[in-house]
Amino acid sequence: MIEYLEILGQEIYKVIFLVVPILVSVAMIVWLDRRVWGLVQKRKGPNVVGPFGLFQTLADALKYIFKEIIIPASANKVVFILAPIVTMTLALVAWAVVPMSEDLVLANINVGILYLFAISSLGVYGIIMGGWASNSKYPFLGAIRSAAQMVSYEVSIGIIIINVLLCVGSLNLNDIVIAQKELWYVIPLFPMFVIFFISSLAETNRPPFDLPEAEAELVAGYQTEYSGMMYAMFWLGEYANILLMCAMGSILFLGGWLPLMDIYPLNIIPAPIWMILKILFLFLLFALIKAIVPRYRYDQLMRLGWKIFLPFSLIYLVFTASFLFYFDKLPKVNI
Amino acid sequence: MVITSRSTINSVFFLILDFISVGCLFIMVGAEFLGMILLIVYVGAVAVLFLFVVMMLNVAEQKQSWFIGKKSTHIPTGLIVSVIILLELLVVVGGWKYKEDLMSSSTLLLSEISNTHQLGLVMYTDYILYFQLAGIVLLLAMIGAILLTFRERVGVKKQSYLNQISRDPSNAVELIEVKSNQGVKLDD
Repeated sequence: MIEYLEILGQEIYKVIFLVVPILVSVAMIVWLDRRVWGLVQKRKGPNVVGPFGLFQTLADALKYIFKEIIIPASANKVVFILAPIVTMTLALVAWAVVPMSEDLVLANINVGILYLFAISSLGVYGIIMGGWASNSKYPFLGAIRSAAQMVSYEVSIGIIIINVLLCVGSLNLNDIVIAQKELWYVIPLFPMFVIFFISSLAETNRPPFDLPEAEAELVAGYQTEYSGMMYAMFWLGEYANILLMCAMGSILFLGGWLPLMDIYPLNIIPAPIWMILKILFLFLLFALIKAIVPRYRYDQLMRLGWKIFLPFSLIYLVFTASFLFYFDKLPKVNI
Repeated sequence: MVITSRSTINSVFFLILDFISVGCLFIMVGAEFLGMILLIVYVGAVAVLFLFVVMMLNVAEQKQSWFIGKKSTHIPTGLIVSVIILLELLVVVGGWKYKEDLMSSSTLLLSEISNTHQLGLVMYTDYILYFQLAGIVLLLAMIGAILLTFRERVGVKKQSYLNQISRDPSNAVELIEVKSNQGVKLDD
């Protein structure tokens, strides 16, 4: 019994050391997002609270905590409260398998990439539950839109993942990173990288695909009825998901924690820093796109997902497979 | 809970919980690939569609409950089906013994390979025909579903992307010199 408690204590200690940095980095990333957004539009962005406005998000979070939580009278209370919790939990749970270096990972499981994919496909439940439980029209429309959008773009993300897996021959995230030691997959699979990036924009409901919360049409989509801490949890979950998508992109295509080149001044920088730099690079692209690109129309979004991305990634899958087969480069399975 | 809860939405939520726990069971047995695929396919896609349909139809709460002494036609049918399934389970579990020597001789030798590889090795070599047949059945179901719901309606306004993209200012916008106090007559 005591042994069991000791193990439990160690695990909790590990989990806390994973979750706290993620929450802090989410706060920082929100600041960065608003800052970049401001700079693109020739504004200053948040720059008052703390040095360069770094503590702006913390101040916002404090404000949210002290606000009153309002639950609509006609809402389904249990589901209404459950929805932000589901979003937030799923966003944090997925981080357990993301490797920051060869051995700096909470759970190095065999099917890591499938786990990530499964968790990100569960993310849609928080939104549907929130939209339905609010029992009002705008949230419901927003939830329906976002569910359709996320389910459609997951399909093309799945096929892109298969593309990478064909080159690696393993579902383990660390193996995927190590397989890119010679050449990052962003070079041979560049079209797939572009499609993955755009699909992950759609998957996380970021602009230009932020139709579920298009404020001109739907007020704030599924979040309309939420207030105070519950809204903040939706929002934290959303940004944690964006970070997760960036991490997934850097693992699949940008060589994860590997240095840029295996030469002297670059390979003394520790692996987690490379990983963080790559995530930041992808996030900067996310933030820039939010500022630059106008919103898509809904039917255009669906057409892009089903009629362009899906066939193209399928064709590229056939191409990758036949290329690997013809040049005998298929990964060897040790039987 | 799936069948006893009164509101349809709640029973869909419990169904999702069921799928998740089946996935967890698979992982605990050691079939982590199957468990994850179950999560992705059932929970990530199929159950979302269930939830969709139930929410869109806005099914009223069931008046009939199992525990209130009203007349219900579901119970006998349900009992028959569950008895049949129980018998089948008994037969399968009883038949398990005969296959034990077969299990130990051929399957366990392979267990050093991860079970994803193992699954692929069996699926794409020995059982390729059945695998492809299952795929064709799924394809047929998909085509059937589309055919059943597809109907061509006349008089529907549609956007043509090609036309929208290929518009250019020279033939879309016209600059007209308007004389004061006369206005413009457009012929359309």
